[in-house]
Amino acid sequence: MSSPAALAGRGVLRRALRHPSFASGGALTLLLVGVAALSLAWTPHSAYLIQVRQRLLPPSGLHWLGTDTLGRDVLSMLMVGAQNSIMVGVVAVSIGLTAGVALGLLAAARRGWVEEAVMRLADFGFAFPAILLAILFTAVFGPSAVNAIIAIGIFNVPVFARIGRAAANVVWAREFVLAARAAGKGRLRITLEHVLPNILPILVVQATIQFAIAILAEAALSYLGLGTQPPNPSWGRMLNEAQTMIFTAPLLAVFPGIAIALSVLGLNLMGDGLRDLVDPRLARAR
Amino acid sequence: MSEILLEARDLARHYRLPRTSLFHPSPVVRAVDGVSFELLRGRSFGIVGESGCGKSTLARLVMALEPPSAGSVRLLGCDLTRLPAGELRRLRSQFQMVFQDPFGSLDPRHTIGRAVGEPLSLLGDADGAARAERVAEALAAVGLSPADRAKYPHEFSGGQRQRIAIARALITRPALIVADEPVSALDVSVRAQVLNLMQDLQDRNGLTYLFISHDLAVVEYVCDEVAVMYLGRIVERGPTQAVFRRPAHPYSRALLDAVPRPEPGRRRRRRQLAGQVGSATERPAGCAFAPRCPLAEPRCRTQAPALRPLDEGRFAACHFAEAMLAG
Amino acid sequence: MSLLEVNALRVRLRGPDGPVEAVRGVSFSLDRGQTMGLVGESGCGKSMTALALLGLLPEGGLLHGSVRFEGRELTQLSDRELCRLRGNRIAMVFQEPMTALNPLHSIGRQIAEPLCLHRGLSSEAARGVAGELLHRVGMPDARARLDAYPHQLSGGQRQRALIAMALACEPDLLIADEPTTALDVTIQAQILELIVDLVHERGMALILISHDLGVIAETVERVAVMYAGRIVEMGPVATVFGRLAHPYSRGLFAAIPRIGGGRSGGGRGRLAAIPGRVPDLAALPTGCAFADRCGHAQPVCRLAEPPPLAVGPEHWAACGRLDAVLASDG
Repeated sequence: MSSPAALAGRGVLRRALRHPSFASGGALTLLLVGVAALSLAWTPHSAYLIQVRQRLLPPSGLHWLGTDTLGRDVLSMLMVGAQNSIMVGVVAVSIGLTAGVALGLLAAARRGWVEEAVMRLADFGFAFPAILLAILFTAVFGPSAVNAIIAIGIFNVPVFARIGRAAANVVWAREFVLAARAAGKGRLRITLEHVLPNILPILVVQATIQFAIAILAEAALSYLGLGTQPPNPSWGRMLNEAQTMIFTAPLLAVFPGIAIALSVLGLNLMGDGLRDLVDPRLARAR
Repeated sequence: MSEILLEARDLARHYRLPRTSLFHPSPVVRAVDGVSFELLRGRSFGIVGESGCGKSTLARLVMALEPPSAGSVRLLGCDLTRLPAGELRRLRSQFQMVFQDPFGSLDPRHTIGRAVGEPLSLLGDADGAARAERVAEALAAVGLSPADRAKYPHEFSGGQRQRIAIARALITRPALIVADEPVSALDVSVRAQVLNLMQDLQDRNGLTYLFISHDLAVVEYVCDEVAVMYLGRIVERGPTQAVFRRPAHPYSRALLDAVPRPEPGRRRRRRQLAGQVGSATERPAGCAFAPRCPLAEPRCRTQAPALRPLDEGRFAACHFAEAMLAG
Repeated sequence: MSLLEVNALRVRLRGPDGPVEAVRGVSFSLDRGQTMGLVGESGCGKSMTALALLGLLPEGGLLHGSVRFEGRELTQLSDRELCRLRGNRIAMVFQEPMTALNPLHSIGRQIAEPLCLHRGLSSEAARGVAGELLHRVGMPDARARLDAYPHQLSGGQRQRALIAMALACEPDLLIADEPTTALDVTIQAQILELIVDLVHERGMALILISHDLGVIAETVERVAVMYAGRIVEMGPVATVFGRLAHPYSRGLFAAIPRIGGGRSGGGRGRLAAIPGRVPDLAALPTGCAFADRCGHAQPVCRLAEPPPLAVGPEHWAACGRLDAVLASDG
């Protein structure tokens, strides 16, 4: 015999695996994480070793995806670059999630001028082009991977603030919140015990999608030379370096391009799938 | 005569709507507009009226979930509207609320044990073991098993959830329970079970109910006294039997007439109330009910009738109350 | 030949743990000018019966049995043919007027739509008819309201608009599913009266679905009490309410507080609640579905579904212990 909760858990897992976009997105994301993890222990060659005599080799048995202008192994660089992408995603989304959700919850809990102020701030954040923000940021603090990540994280704050506030407002209007207030609960405890747990699924979905956007943004910044600095491999910088050779060695641009596209696609598919899976209407239909 | 547990004086709650035009002042909704009543300990007081009459707002004012625009609510001698937050929180153990929607009033992510124990945990004067015992006691009082405490709301039917909500209201051993349409969402057979439960609990624990409902038959069944509300004001108040047998206000009579009754051979063809409930933003100068009232005369449109005492301990706000009672 | 003949109607829905029978063998017939009520608690299959008549089952729903409308077998019709019937010959009024109206279209347009669709009227002509219809259903300032949007109307006015929509093509059969449940009592009285008047005026047949025994008793001529997907008692309203026969109907009737019933002289009467709860349709007991909650139940009740037994003229109840139940009145 198993408890109802365990049964429900198993049901969710089964439904998740059957969901086409969640399953395929999850597989791609798993591949990304797996490659990054593997690269910590093993890469076919060093991703940093420059061998000018071996430059621009086509794919072969030795270098599966060939070598770049400086003779580095492209596959190894892609693998190490995956670490970089994941790190960017995790840190940037964490910054956005923490600060944004806190602001959103505050706005929903206090209403009035606090809500007004938070939301106008979010509007301001939205109106400001992300790349411009990042360029400003790196211009002030100097180009580095860390600064790029912080810039992307700041860009995520209004996104989560808005979603957090909208979802929290819905929960605040529910009767069980009124019941908790009637029992004497304060705003902080209601926020932590009732509101946050109930909006978590929505936040998780949004986090997946923001993760993908963060990877893209980092690639764009590195491509502009504002992100990850040499010699650390990054998909965006690989694209940048491939650009000059686009007619002699087009494959150099193709491989990092595919890596970025597949990662973003995987995360987006997973996010869409998650959205379906946590949709309360579908969950209630059981 | 029993002791007065709660006293509402001239309670009012006005909401400001967003401006419709830049050059006009923003309209004000008078959801509750000068309501006074008393609750006697151990008795049930019903509030009836149609949607928009302000009965749910009144419940929230009594529960101190909203500040009134004017007036006071005194419970056990303390004015809830002026009490500091900390003292109000402690006093909340004395008045609890049961809500209409058995599917919305329980957090889907909390177990039943946690939901029922919540009001107690906020008081902070019961440790874990004592609290668990009180939860079991409250669940048993509403006919549920203590083993149910580990379950989640979705595992229960609507009627059971309403029992859970009642257990949660009972756990602090309150003097007053405010019930806002507690059985409206329930099926007929289950509704009877919950109503019987509420009566048993009242008999056993000497509870006082403020019972809000649009269902006149349920109010007649539960309540000793009733107040009929129309557009934010009480138009008639008195012992339920007296008001329902011989209404002194034309609106009370229209409400009673409109209730369909399952009696053999009864065909509908009756005095019917025309029109619909007016707007609470544009209150007419005279009686708010005058535009729909079959008895209305010119003076009704200029002179608002006050709530005044009549026979049998009842009050009515109508210029023709005596005529209504006589004929 | 009756206007509508429903025979052994069964509806099987896809449930979370396999198929669920929401309607389990419902039969009745209805003629023009006749009114009938389906009454029961949530999940008894009353709404699903109505949706099945229109061929509007939820996804994965299966229909067995026969529904004949003017002699045509509806269960055999293609979706296209059903569409021509719906809103035209058979119309439906729903419980929630706000969700049943499209918030983006004016009500005039929504009333005119079926006229253009089924009657081929020009939009000009349809608008004229829509104005008349709104006037007939008692909408104040009918012509001016043609251009109003649903959110600009009160609940009662929306329900009037919905009824006008249903009447647009002069249907032969009107199905009203809890048409007044979302409305206040004084408005409910107006709307029920309107429906009754219109049915008489136009010679339509009416199926009224409600959980409220009072609404049924005052509005229709014949009542069918449903429980767990079956009709357990049926007959003329006056006869049935005069002598309820099925223990479930009796229980339902005894469980509602009544105005004037009161508590006699301070002593507390208790409502006679039906013990237990409605059975899970996915795990129905064999035999009578009400046996577990029934004070008259005997082992025989759990053997087979009881057949309908006559109580009086045109009045029957499906109870295996009917004699004992009726004798218990003394």
